[in-house]
Amino acid sequence: MSFSNLTRRGLMKTGAVAGAGLALPTYLSAASHSGFTNAPQGDTVTLGFNVPQSGPYADEGADELRAFELAVEHLNGGGDGGMLQTFSSKALEGNGIMGKKVQFVTGDTQTKSDAARASAQSMIQKDGAIMISGGSSSGVAVAVQGLCQEAGVIFMAGLTHSNDTTGKDKKANGFRHFFNAYMSAAALAPVLKNLYGDDRKVYSLTADYTWGWTQQESIQAATEAMGWETINDVRTPLAATDFSSYIAPVLNSGADVLVLNHYGGNMVNSLTNAVQFGLRDKQVNGKNFEIVVPLYSELMARGAGKNIAGIVGSQNWDWKLEDQLGARYTGTNAFVQSFGTKYGFPPSQAAQTCYAQTLLYADAVARAGSFNPCAVVEALEGFEFDGLGNGPTLYRAGDHQCFKDVVVVKGKENPENEYDLVEIVEATPAEQVTYDVDHPMFAGGELGNCNPGA
Amino acid sequence: MDAILLQLLNGLDKGSAYALIALGLTLIFGTLGVVNFAHGAIFMIGAFCAVTLSKIFSLSHLASEPSGTDFLGKPKYDDVLYIKEWFGESAGAWMLDWSVPLSILFAIPVMIAIGFIMERGLIKHFYKRPHADQILVTFGLAIVLQEVIKYFYGANPIPTAAPEAFRGSFDFGVLLGFDPNAIIYPYWRLIYFAFSAVIIGGVFAFLQFTTFGMVVRAGMADRETVGLLGINIDKRFTIMFGIAAAVAGLAGVMYAPINSPNYHMGMDFLVLSFVVVVVGGMGSLPGAVLAGFLLGILESFASMNEVKNILPGIDQIIIYVVAIIILLTRPRGLMGRKGVMEE
Repeated sequence: MSFSNLTRRGLMKTGAVAGAGLALPTYLSAASHSGFTNAPQGDTVTLGFNVPQSGPYADEGADELRAFELAVEHLNGGGDGGMLQTFSSKALEGNGIMGKKVQFVTGDTQTKSDAARASAQSMIQKDGAIMISGGSSSGVAVAVQGLCQEAGVIFMAGLTHSNDTTGKDKKANGFRHFFNAYMSAAALAPVLKNLYGDDRKVYSLTADYTWGWTQQESIQAATEAMGWETINDVRTPLAATDFSSYIAPVLNSGADVLVLNHYGGNMVNSLTNAVQFGLRDKQVNGKNFEIVVPLYSELMARGAGKNIAGIVGSQNWDWKLEDQLGARYTGTNAFVQSFGTKYGFPPSQAAQTCYAQTLLYADAVARAGSFNPCAVVEALEGFEFDGLGNGPTLYRAGDHQCFKDVVVVKGKENPENEYDLVEIVEATPAEQVTYDVDHPMFAGGELGNCNPGA
Repeated sequence: MDAILLQLLNGLDKGSAYALIALGLTLIFGTLGVVNFAHGAIFMIGAFCAVTLSKIFSLSHLASEPSGTDFLGKPKYDDVLYIKEWFGESAGAWMLDWSVPLSILFAIPVMIAIGFIMERGLIKHFYKRPHADQILVTFGLAIVLQEVIKYFYGANPIPTAAPEAFRGSFDFGVLLGFDPNAIIYPYWRLIYFAFSAVIIGGVFAFLQFTTFGMVVRAGMADRETVGLLGINIDKRFTIMFGIAAAVAGLAGVMYAPINSPNYHMGMDFLVLSFVVVVVGGMGSLPGAVLAGFLLGILESFASMNEVKNILPGIDQIIIYVVAIIILLTRPRGLMGRKGVMEE
């Protein structure tokens, strides 16, 4: 007679559970020593740069990667130091981050959420990345931000403009330096009123996905608040290439402004089609017909060529800011000098935001005195800084969104070269584009608590 | 009424591109029996022929004297175009302005050569393989071609303008008794439609009225018998592959000013063109052309706000809905021949 209930099956079950328990957090193994995911071992620290290296935004991704490489070089004490010289915080000493040499791994988002998550996961699990940054799409940013929150690493978003990234999809481990759709609209509305008056009828074409919807909602609210009327908003498939059948109805709709809530190739094609159909030369309601593109990028302007001339839009940053608007935007020239010397052409806004995000992360670690994500979150929340090219900036604690001036631009009529396609109309002060954390356009999500991963 | 006419024009214009690509696909399928998923990539390469010639015409050297300072404060030297140095200011400017139409001359030999190389180098090895193998290998080839173009030209669209003389719009409304500006349509899109009509007519005339075309048609109908008559049908079919590539390439060249070429544009057209081929009837050249225009027009009408208000999202699925209806009622497509793809 045996008093033991141990059977062969029971032993196997127990063994399996114990084994799983031991093996479970493979990528948290480092964390088990220090309480957080991928705590740096030895004298190096690894950052993960997740950018589109293939797909339609590969050129933007390449520029982001150049900026990341430059930032790492400067953090490790190489080059001319770039914006480390102008950054208001002096916690970084050019000796890596807290004395650990910075190294990096890269992933390809392919501008697809699933591919971006997979590459970020690989960098976290296999390469030991302690922070993920980069990207050129809001869908990707939201997906990767969610993954980083679960894995317990910091996500420093790249180019993402949807309200949702720091709105309903915000996460405690995620931070966005780039501006958003609401800010674009808030900055553009007064400029549009000045340029085109307060009695306008708007027809908008909107890319049918998260960014398009929030951009349209934002610009409609802002323009209607100043007296404009939205007579139609047409959703266009993201995969559309020829927009002629969407542009044709605009001709006789009675609208005198066309707002193109399109990005990337969509915007290049829809704007080209609109110009082909003579909208720029048209007179409606006794006024010149106008086209507005709320979000601009230099690469989009290059793709649109001469069609971009005279089109008003907004940017997060422009490489001519300091030269044209003065020392408030200090850091711009230092960055342009470093980037231009290394690569031979001026940086894009995607490059600037990625460079700034890398420095901001490193600085937060240095100020916190720890790589622990929760310490980094605490250091970044409510952090006020200057000297990174955008003027005085606040990383708001409530939603992890940066608040800074927004640049309103206009396509140049006679550009001197392919890097000088836009002229700065004005820089709208941060106060004018600031909103409450619980603004209806950003409602629906919770920041939650930081996750150190252990 | 004016909106309907505008969408009809749009439909004819879209249909032109679909018909030209589908025509090439059908030529290849009808002659060689190959389902060529790389055909969209050939269209894309055609568009990049226009980009390439434009870039060749824009080759330059730096001026000897600086004209100012660049963004880093260093001396800036203006670009001096070789073409203007060699041919004079006005002739050089004209060539640059007309680079897209001139690309037709450049693209024809290039596209025929690419067609020959593709057929002889890769596709001929898959003639006797199942269609699934052909689809896989040609799809793979399309991805390789895309990546090659992206490597050399980048992922960003490259603006390629039509000649200055054709950049405006034509006022159709006045012609038809409407108010001025009621129905305006871009010149270049009208030219694209006319160009497509000429190419389609040319291909049909070539097949109908030349001995070569007669042999090819005979080969499409009964390859074995034509072979038994001592005619080297394979050689003629290889030439037809080159011609099909040239047709798709020219469609791409002329499309370049309509939407800035990018490395992915072939894929955007490929799926729709295959639907066009299936709806038209596999192996039927008139069917491909008819279906191309029909689906182009239906797609344009489905984009009208009046239609979308009744059937939201119909613009995104109309082509597939029509394809299902036609294939349910006419399983061989509009003008499909008995026995094609039915073994």
